[in-house]
Amino acid sequence: MNEILQYTVQGLAAGSFYALAALGLAIIFGVLGVVNFAHGACYMLGAFAAAVLMDLVGLNFWLALIVVPVLMFFFGVLLERLLVSRLTALDPLYNFLLTFGLSLLLVDLVKREYGVSGQPYTRPEILGGQLTLGALRLPTYQVFVLVFSLLVCLGVWLLMTRTRIGMIVRASTEKSELTRALGIDVNRWVTPVFGFGIALAGLAGVLAAPFRAITADMGSSFIIILFAVVVIGGLGSIVGAVVAGFLVGLVEAFGQAYAPTLSQIVIFVLMAVVILIRPAGLFGREENA
Amino acid sequence: MSTKRLAATAVVSASVLVLSACGSGGPGGGGGDFSDGKVVLAVLNDQSGVYKDLSGPNSVKAVEMAVADFQEKYGEEAVVDEIEVVAADHQNKPDIANTKAQELYDREGADIILDVPTSSAALAVATQAKEKKKLFIDIGAGTTELTNGQCNKYTFHWAYDTYQLAQTTGTAVTEGGGKEWQIIYPDYAFGQDMDKSFTRAVEEAGGTVGDHIATPFPNDNFTTFLTKAASAEPDVIGTMQAGGDLINLVKQYNEGGYAADGIELAVGLMFITDIHSLGVEAFEGVQFAEAWYWNHDDENRAWADRFLEETGTRPSFAHAANYSAALQYLEAVQAEGTDDADTIVGNFEGKEINDVFLKNGTIRAEDHRVIHDVYLAKVKSPDQVTEDWDYEEIVSTIPAEEAFMPLDQSACSMGG
Repeated sequence: MNEILQYTVQGLAAGSFYALAALGLAIIFGVLGVVNFAHGACYMLGAFAAAVLMDLVGLNFWLALIVVPVLMFFFGVLLERLLVSRLTALDPLYNFLLTFGLSLLLVDLVKREYGVSGQPYTRPEILGGQLTLGALRLPTYQVFVLVFSLLVCLGVWLLMTRTRIGMIVRASTEKSELTRALGIDVNRWVTPVFGFGIALAGLAGVLAAPFRAITADMGSSFIIILFAVVVIGGLGSIVGAVVAGFLVGLVEAFGQAYAPTLSQIVIFVLMAVVILIRPAGLFGREENA
Repeated sequence: MSTKRLAATAVVSASVLVLSACGSGGPGGGGGDFSDGKVVLAVLNDQSGVYKDLSGPNSVKAVEMAVADFQEKYGEEAVVDEIEVVAADHQNKPDIANTKAQELYDREGADIILDVPTSSAALAVATQAKEKKKLFIDIGAGTTELTNGQCNKYTFHWAYDTYQLAQTTGTAVTEGGGKEWQIIYPDYAFGQDMDKSFTRAVEEAGGTVGDHIATPFPNDNFTTFLTKAASAEPDVIGTMQAGGDLINLVKQYNEGGYAADGIELAVGLMFITDIHSLGVEAFEGVQFAEAWYWNHDDENRAWADRFLEETGTRPSFAHAANYSAALQYLEAVQAEGTDDADTIVGNFEGKEINDVFLKNGTIRAEDHRVIHDVYLAKVKSPDQVTEDWDYEEIVSTIPAEEAFMPLDQSACSMGG
C-alpha cells in the first residue's frame, strides 16, 4: 500500500513535467495550428539556461523559475516573428519541418558549446531531503515539483477561462474567422501565445534541472512522450494536455514498477487505445482532430 | 554552388576528418613494405553523441599525440615517413560502424582501426577486421565477446571489459560488507552482460543479488525503479546505467535519501567525465572501477598535462588507452619494418608492455585480451578536491592477472 502511494506520487511528479510542457504545446497548436517539434529542445534550453546562468552569474533556482521562462518567452517571440510566422499560411507540414530542423540545430549548437556529458546543478537546500507522512517517505523535491506544476496549470487554466485575454485566445482557437469578424485582431495574439508556450517548456526545463541529467539530448526522448501526451489529451485541448500529462506520468510509474521492460510501450499502447476509442483524444473535439 | 561547398558538405555529413601528420623528410621511405607507402591509423568512435566527451574527438587528438611522439623519438630512423590519422563517426550504431569500417579499410587505406565504443558496433568492426585481415584495437567497448566467443586473429581489446568491471567493483564492495544487492540495468546487450558479470562477481565474493531490474534505454526517470529496489532493503543498489542515464539515476538516488538508510550505490561503469559533469558532491563516496587515472602518479600526470595543453581538458582512461594503443602499434611497425597485419599480430602476441596507460601490461596471445593493472577508485568529497578534475582517490590496485577473465573461462578459439 505504502509503495503504491509512493509510485502514485512519483508518477504524478514525472507527469508534472509532461503536463507543463504539453500545456505549452497544446496552446501553440490551438492558436497557431503549429505542431512545435522544437518543444523538447526548448525544454532542454530551459534546463541549460538555468545551469549556465547559475554558473555565470550565480542565478539561484528560485530566480531561475522566473527569469528563465521570461527569457524563453522572448526566444519564442523571436522564433515566431523571424521564422514560424513566414510559414503559417502554408501547409502545417512546413512548420513541422521547420521546428524539427530547429530542434536539431539547437541540440547541436548546445553540444558544440557544452559537449554531451551534461551540466552540474545545485538545488536550494530547503528542497533537499525527504518529507515523511506516516510510513510514506517522499523526496521533498518531487513533492515541490508536483505542487508547483499544479499551481501553474491552475493559473493557466484561470487565465484562459476567467480573463479577457484567455477568452480571445480561446475564441481564436475555436472559431478564428468568426473572432476576426467580431473585430478582434487575432494576429496580435499569435506571437505572445507562441512565446508563452515556449516559456512553459522552459519552465519545465528549469524544474527538471535539479532532478534530471542536463544534457543536450534530454529533450529528444522527452518530445516523443510529449506528443503521445497531447494526442491522448486531444490536440489543442488545454485541460486534455494537463490531465493526459499526469495520466502518462502515472502509467509510466506503474509500468516501471510492475512491468519494467514494458514501461515505455504502455504509454503508446494507451495512446493507441485512446485513438481507437476517441479519435480526437480524451478532451479533443472531432473538428480539432 | 562551387565544388568547394559540395566538398564541405560531404565532409561534414560524413563526419570524416582527415588530418595528416607531416613526416620529416619527404616521401623517401621505402614503400615496398608499406601499403600505399604510408601508415594510416583510423579512429572510429562517437564524434557527436553520448560518448563524445569520454572519448570522441579528443581520442583523435590522443592518437595524434602518439604519432608526434613516435616521430620525435625515431626522427630519421623511422621506418615510415608518412603517418596519417583519420577519424570517422559511427554514431554508436552497428550498421554505420560496419559501413565505416569497410570504408576506412578499403578506401581510406586504414591499417588499423582504434577505439569503437558501443559493444554491438565493436563486434561489427571485429567482423570486418577478420574479413579484411586488418588490425582492430578496441578501447571504448565493454563486451567480453571481443576476446571470447567472437574473438579473431586481428582484434585486440586494450582497456577494460565487463568482466573486469564486475571483478573490481562487485568484489570490492561485497567484500567491504555490501552483501545484499539489487541490480538496476539498462535492457540492452551491455546492460545484460554487466548484470550477469556483477551477479557472478558478487556471488563469488559471498554476497547475494535479489532483483535484477531491467530498465528502458535511454530513460530519464528512475524514481520508481529505485523505490522498488530499495523496498527489499538491500545493502547495495548496483547500477549498470551509463552516461546521461547514470546521471539521472544518481540525482534521483540522492534526492531519495537512500544513502541515509544505509543503501549504498555501486556504479558499474563510470568515466571521469561523468563526475565532472555532475560534480563531486553528487557522487561523493561512490566506488567504481577505473582503468587509469590521470593524477595517479607523475608519469600519468605529465602526460595529462600535455593532453590538457592539446585539448583544454583532462583525459579519461579512454583517451590514454587510445594513445597507448596507437603508440604500441607504431612501435611494432618500427620493430618489424612493415605495416603488414599478420606480422604485427605476431609482434603483439604475448608482448609485455609498460607505458603511460598499460601498467604491467601483457597482450595475451590466446585471446588478444590486453591485461594490465586496474584500480578501485572512490570519488572524493568536495573538500578533498584541490584542483579541476581532481576527483578520484585510488583505493586499491587490482593486479592484471586477477582483474581480467582467466583464460580457462574464455571460449575464444583463434580461427584465423
